[in-house]
Amino acid sequence: MRIHLIKAREGGRAGGYVLRRLGALLVTMLAVSFLAFGAFSAISGSAASLRLGTQGTSEQAAALEAEMGLDRPLLARYGSWLLGFFTGDLGTSLSYRQGVGELLAGKAAVTLALSGLSFALIAALSLPLGLLSARLEGGPLDGLHTAFNQFCMAVPPFFTGILLSYVFGIALKLFTPGAFPGLDHPRQAARHLFFAALSIAIPRTAMTVRMLRGVITSELRRDYVRTALSRGQGRGAVLRRHVLRNALPPVVSFLAQTMAEIVAGGIVVEQVFGIPGLGRMLVASIGNRDYPVVQAIVVMLAFWVALAGTAADLVNARIDPRLRFSQAETGGPAA
Amino acid sequence: MRKKLLALALALVCAALPGCGGGTQAPAPQDPAPASNELRVGIAQDLDDTLDPHKTVAAGTREVLFNVFEGLVKPSPEGELIPAVAESWELSDDHLTYTFHIRQGITFHDGSPVTAGDAAWSLLRLADPQEADVAAVAALSAIASVETPDAATLVLTLSEPSPEFLSYLTAAVLPADYADQDTQPIGTGPFRFVSRTAQESVILERYDGYWGDLPALERVTYRIFENADSILLGIQAGAVDLFAHLTRTQAAQLPEDFLAAEGYMNLVQALYLNNAVEPFNDVRVRQALCYAVDVDALLDLAFDGYGFPIGSSMYPAFGKYYDPSLADLYPHDTEKAKALLAEAGYPDGFSMTITVPSNYQPHVDTAQVLAAQLEEVGVQAEIVPVEWGAWLEDVYQGRNFESTVIGVDAANMTARALLERFVSTAGNNFINYHSAAYDALFAAAQSAYDDAEQTAIYREMERNLAENAANVYLQDMADLVAVRKGLQGLQFYPIYALDLSTLYWAE
Repeated sequence: MRIHLIKAREGGRAGGYVLRRLGALLVTMLAVSFLAFGAFSAISGSAASLRLGTQGTSEQAAALEAEMGLDRPLLARYGSWLLGFFTGDLGTSLSYRQGVGELLAGKAAVTLALSGLSFALIAALSLPLGLLSARLEGGPLDGLHTAFNQFCMAVPPFFTGILLSYVFGIALKLFTPGAFPGLDHPRQAARHLFFAALSIAIPRTAMTVRMLRGVITSELRRDYVRTALSRGQGRGAVLRRHVLRNALPPVVSFLAQTMAEIVAGGIVVEQVFGIPGLGRMLVASIGNRDYPVVQAIVVMLAFWVALAGTAADLVNARIDPRLRFSQAETGGPAA
Repeated sequence: MRKKLLALALALVCAALPGCGGGTQAPAPQDPAPASNELRVGIAQDLDDTLDPHKTVAAGTREVLFNVFEGLVKPSPEGELIPAVAESWELSDDHLTYTFHIRQGITFHDGSPVTAGDAAWSLLRLADPQEADVAAVAALSAIASVETPDAATLVLTLSEPSPEFLSYLTAAVLPADYADQDTQPIGTGPFRFVSRTAQESVILERYDGYWGDLPALERVTYRIFENADSILLGIQAGAVDLFAHLTRTQAAQLPEDFLAAEGYMNLVQALYLNNAVEPFNDVRVRQALCYAVDVDALLDLAFDGYGFPIGSSMYPAFGKYYDPSLADLYPHDTEKAKALLAEAGYPDGFSMTITVPSNYQPHVDTAQVLAAQLEEVGVQAEIVPVEWGAWLEDVYQGRNFESTVIGVDAANMTARALLERFVSTAGNNFINYHSAAYDALFAAAQSAYDDAEQTAIYREMERNLAENAANVYLQDMADLVAVRKGLQGLQFYPIYALDLSTLYWAE
């Protein structure tokens, strides 16, 4: 009976929680899209004068702005964009004259592939390396490997990217820098994306390893670990059953933050490797003052970041039920 | 546990790294040697633009579309006008009526025949545009009437004679009322448009129904790179066969199987001065800057000695219109510059700004050398880099600047295309040049019947710009083309164009 009661309360809270998160998500996206729109109107230059170039006159530019609807007030333009967005119409690119959805579909797939690969690399590398690093603490190799870790953290992805392009692209010819083969050549595309993902992953992996090491070593010094070990449980079992469970939540939050960072890092790395993804498109479209494209990308990126945060909360709630609610309703740590 | 995790991580990494699983298998070359009928051209700018030739002004887009479209006439590499969509034409004795005969059997890329109606529609679309993004061609408004007595004959009557009228008929002939020209262009050129993928590629294929000699190349892929440096990586990795517009420094890094062919950019690079703001509203100050600048030193310092010094708004490819003596009007002379500045009331020099579009490194480099040279006569120049979009809006449209380094090119092969913009009332007179004598000369040139007479007037206009030091004229920039050995038939044009139709792979 009591168990039922708790479950019902939990369910109600969880439902409210999801609603709250969705509401926050919507407000965030609206705010981001409006800020982007406003900032865009504040900077000098317009799609009309860019279209006319060095042959046009200012009268022609004014006439073209009127035809493109760029002379309407900011709020009116934002209103029509928002209306279009909610009815599934992302508008037409001012520079390419193509539908924004059609234009961005391929780019989003490339960015998703690059981000996914980067994240997989970070997750796959940092867990074992973090455990290894914790094990090495205080040992003879400790200084060397922390220095190396520090170095990896400090190297910016664009620099690693240039380095990888020269070594694996120019010297070893594993891929052609600048000439992305397209996702319809999956093997070649994967090879190209792998090195780009690697340059994004290196500093983030180093950070995750360092964090994991810190959490694990401090957990290992706790009393319950000593107790468990003295009860005769193996070191591996203690690590797996107790330590990791306590050490993981901050790491998961950190990885979620990483998911957002990957996309930001990707904008630069896409330029270095010549990968035609959303990042490169965003930079070009800002230069072109192509606001329908910029808006669509900004909203997609904001959605991605918000999604990462939500995912982290949900995963942590599974690992450690205490994190579902502010007050503890369940027992002690993994008793 | 640790070992399991490590093994899992290793497996994941291996899965992500293609070729790792195979162990000893050698990496396959990603870009096999080009097929004998294909070509991969590297371009450093995206075609982020309409593909309608009547609308696009971007030089990079026009360069590609040159192969897809033709006008009634088209330019030859020598700068002459040769028949294209029109097989022949006659001019009446009063120089007012042109009768064009449309080429027998000529078709658009969709297979439909080209009629005189299509040609008439195309010219009228430019003469009096109903669409805001079609820029009116002022010279075509001289057409008083258009008649199409039959599908193969086009009769144009002008309101007044114009020796350069024919040059404007290089404007593309498009199928009348075709709606998708912006994204799926259709023309009559030797290559037809196949596809564009934003920031990736543009693909053209040989049009087998072309009226003239069929090109040797069957398929041309323009690969879009982030910038010229990444194209160089592409060349070194073997992904590109041809790349126009590389700098001297880049040319020095070309691999052994490449040659650098040399031409000119066909533009007027200058320190453009806003003639309406102080102190540049004083001709003595403008002349002083011309004496202070050492173009030869500029070319040595920023362009490895390459580039053609010019002295007015005209470059050598324009042949008879170009007056070579103007380049020597202001020899480098700091004393004379200082004297002129003192005479104008600036014995201690002054401060000025040079606005440059930051996306174009050669202009930025030029501005830096100029700033150093101007400092020698006491002029402190501050360089203000701006984004291209902001440059167009503030400097070019808004005319809100003191000086700027930029290259101005010609939309077609007439002197008018370069000189009309400096008429006082011209909408694109971004330097606010104001000379009654110049305006009178331009009016006289437009009513000149005779080509020689008109040419003489245009040359006088160039002299007017030079003597009044409208701008500090610098150079027509060198244009190097990286060509894979074995690719032959490259031709240079007096306009911004890369003709694919004459290229072929030699054995």
